[in-house]
Amino acid sequence: MATVELSSIRKVYPGGVEAVRDVSLVVPNGSFTVLLGPSGCGKSTLLRMIAGLETTTSGECKIGERVVNEVEPADRDIAMVFQNYALYPHMSVYDNMAYGLRNRGTPKAEIDKRVREAASLLAIEDFLSRKPRALSGGQRQRVAMGRAIVREPQVFLFDEPLSNLDAKLRVTMRLEIRRLHNRLNATSIFVTHDQVEAMTLADQVVVMNAGRIEQIGAPGEVYKHPASRFVASFIGAPAMNLMPGKIAEAGIVETPAGRLPYDKNRFHAAGEVEVGIRPEDIHAAGGADGILFTPELAEELGATRLLHGSFGDTPVIIAIPASGTVHEKKEMRLSIDPAAVHLFDKVTGRSLVR
Amino acid sequence: MQKRAIFGSTSLPYLLLLPQLAVVAVFFYWPASQALWQSFLLEDAFGLSSTFVWFENYSELFADSGYYRTMMTTAVFAVMVAGLSLSLALLLAVQADKAIHGAGIYRTLLIWPYAVAPAVAGVLWIFMFQPSLGVVAQGIRSLGIAWNPLLNGNDALILVVLASTWKQISYNFLFFLAGLQSIPRAVIEAAAIDGASGTRRFWTIILPLLSPTVFFLVVVNIVYVFFDTFGIIDAMTQGGPSKATETLVYKVFFDGRLGGNLGSSAAQSVILMILVVGLTAIQFRFIERRVAY
Ligand SMILES: Nc1ncnc2c1ncn2[C@@H]1O[C@H](COP(=O)(O)OP(=O)(O)O)[C@@H](O)[C@H]1O
Ligand SMILES: [Mg+2]
Repeated sequence: MATVELSSIRKVYPGGVEAVRDVSLVVPNGSFTVLLGPSGCGKSTLLRMIAGLETTTSGECKIGERVVNEVEPADRDIAMVFQNYALYPHMSVYDNMAYGLRNRGTPKAEIDKRVREAASLLAIEDFLSRKPRALSGGQRQRVAMGRAIVREPQVFLFDEPLSNLDAKLRVTMRLEIRRLHNRLNATSIFVTHDQVEAMTLADQVVVMNAGRIEQIGAPGEVYKHPASRFVASFIGAPAMNLMPGKIAEAGIVETPAGRLPYDKNRFHAAGEVEVGIRPEDIHAAGGADGILFTPELAEELGATRLLHGSFGDTPVIIAIPASGTVHEKKEMRLSIDPAAVHLFDKVTGRSLVR
Repeated sequence: MQKRAIFGSTSLPYLLLLPQLAVVAVFFYWPASQALWQSFLLEDAFGLSSTFVWFENYSELFADSGYYRTMMTTAVFAVMVAGLSLSLALLLAVQADKAIHGAGIYRTLLIWPYAVAPAVAGVLWIFMFQPSLGVVAQGIRSLGIAWNPLLNGNDALILVVLASTWKQISYNFLFFLAGLQSIPRAVIEAAAIDGASGTRRFWTIILPLLSPTVFFLVVVNIVYVFFDTFGIIDAMTQGGPSKATETLVYKVFFDGRLGGNLGSSAAQSVILMILVVGLTAIQFRFIERRVAY
């Protein structure tokens, strides 16, 4: 267990791509931190710098009390689980897990004990003598985890370890990773582009965009109080509805949906803004007043129903409970809770929260 | 499901195969059967008539101590050239792989000069080491080293070994580099995190994963030494001095063309042919089963 501390980390690849720009981040001891962002935003690069697989262009990386910028990957006391597992194809499952311990000169009896413990924890005892190619994707994933566990490292690093699994297995393995983390009391850093994965796994979500951190916070926090338009649209499925707005007076913003009240104690805004409302915060109004909305298309998701339509010219999605029937092309009235209205700066996209 | 083309008539597939079969027949089966037939014949001194002598050419060959000596020379030659060219090529490939890992299109461009240059240089080598006129040969002698491949059998063997190695390195290099590049980078990174030093990584991860390539190249190199080095030997030493650099294939040529002993020469070709067929068979069997992890 250790704290990981990054200060003003930058990475410029040879060729000039600036993959990570000035990232500062504290991963507290024992936390499960998820780096979340779209493909190409620099998540893997950041993780690989923590692992020591990439050099840092500038900035400092600390694991525990030690600055590790110049420390070899092997000596950082970390373990990494790769996206395509990166198992040693010519070694048995047992040898795959024992390899790191053998390299460190661990006594044979100790190796055997640890490998068997990890194998039983991951339910792969029956495959110990098999080669990786004789395993299914999920089993390979477990072996990769086992290889990380036996080393008993300070920090676990995961680079999209679930993206090669089918949807159902992904959900199971997700739970299992979280359970393992709790049980091993480890510090984990997990990279993913899948916001559901991030929300379900993390104590702390780090939302990244174009090499920068957009927001750091608990899953509920980044969902409820997105710090920027990017975070607002990236987290939540379907994405938050965004529309242009103009502050009419403190507490009222004019939008294509009409004049909407917002929480003026929370937001400090004037002039032109960007208004964000989550689909699930828009409800059917009981009576005859409310915002006029004509659904053009309905998507049934089981418990909820997504209605696609528009406010004026602005396309809007709303999510309502899937009870009763909806008549497409039939007008309905909607209401929006003032507390659910988010305001963002039109230019910078930052939240206008006080 | 098996992929299978459906032909309307039975003769069409054979018709389509015909050109390929014709090539194989004209350039392989016909000469091979000629050699086989010839190996059972004994020509008179003037080459005017020949008699069928069954296995006499073969039994004479195996009674000849010179033939065993040539076999030994060939074996030494093969082990040295294959060993040297494989290990040097692997060393170069590992270095090149480090330098160009993940460099995309540059990789291909970088490989080209490696591929072409040594083949050209192989010819140069022959000129440079040419015992009487070659620059390098003169240089070595001016250093006071008694270097005379024209008279000293070991010097001559070293010379042809070096020249043959040089010519083969680029070929091996290309295969090794391709093999190295196909090892997933993450596997090597995982080993680095697992605490394996560079050398340990090489012996425990890289070399085992490269073993199919190594095995393939061993066989190809042996076949190369057996046959393709003919030109080098002919140009540099003509098998001399006193047969110190005479390999099996050179002896075929020497006995048949210069010695006029067509029967023995043919018998030797047949033996060589069997050797190569054997080697190739082993290669196919092993590559499909054992060496692939
Ligand atoms: N080895 C490399 N050389 C040059 N550019 C790279 C390299 N690896 C990644 N990049 C670039 O850096 C950026 C971030 O990549 P990466 O960290 O892999 O993103 P993510 O993991 O978030 O998808 C991308 O634009 C990518 O093209
Ligand atoms: Mg990535």
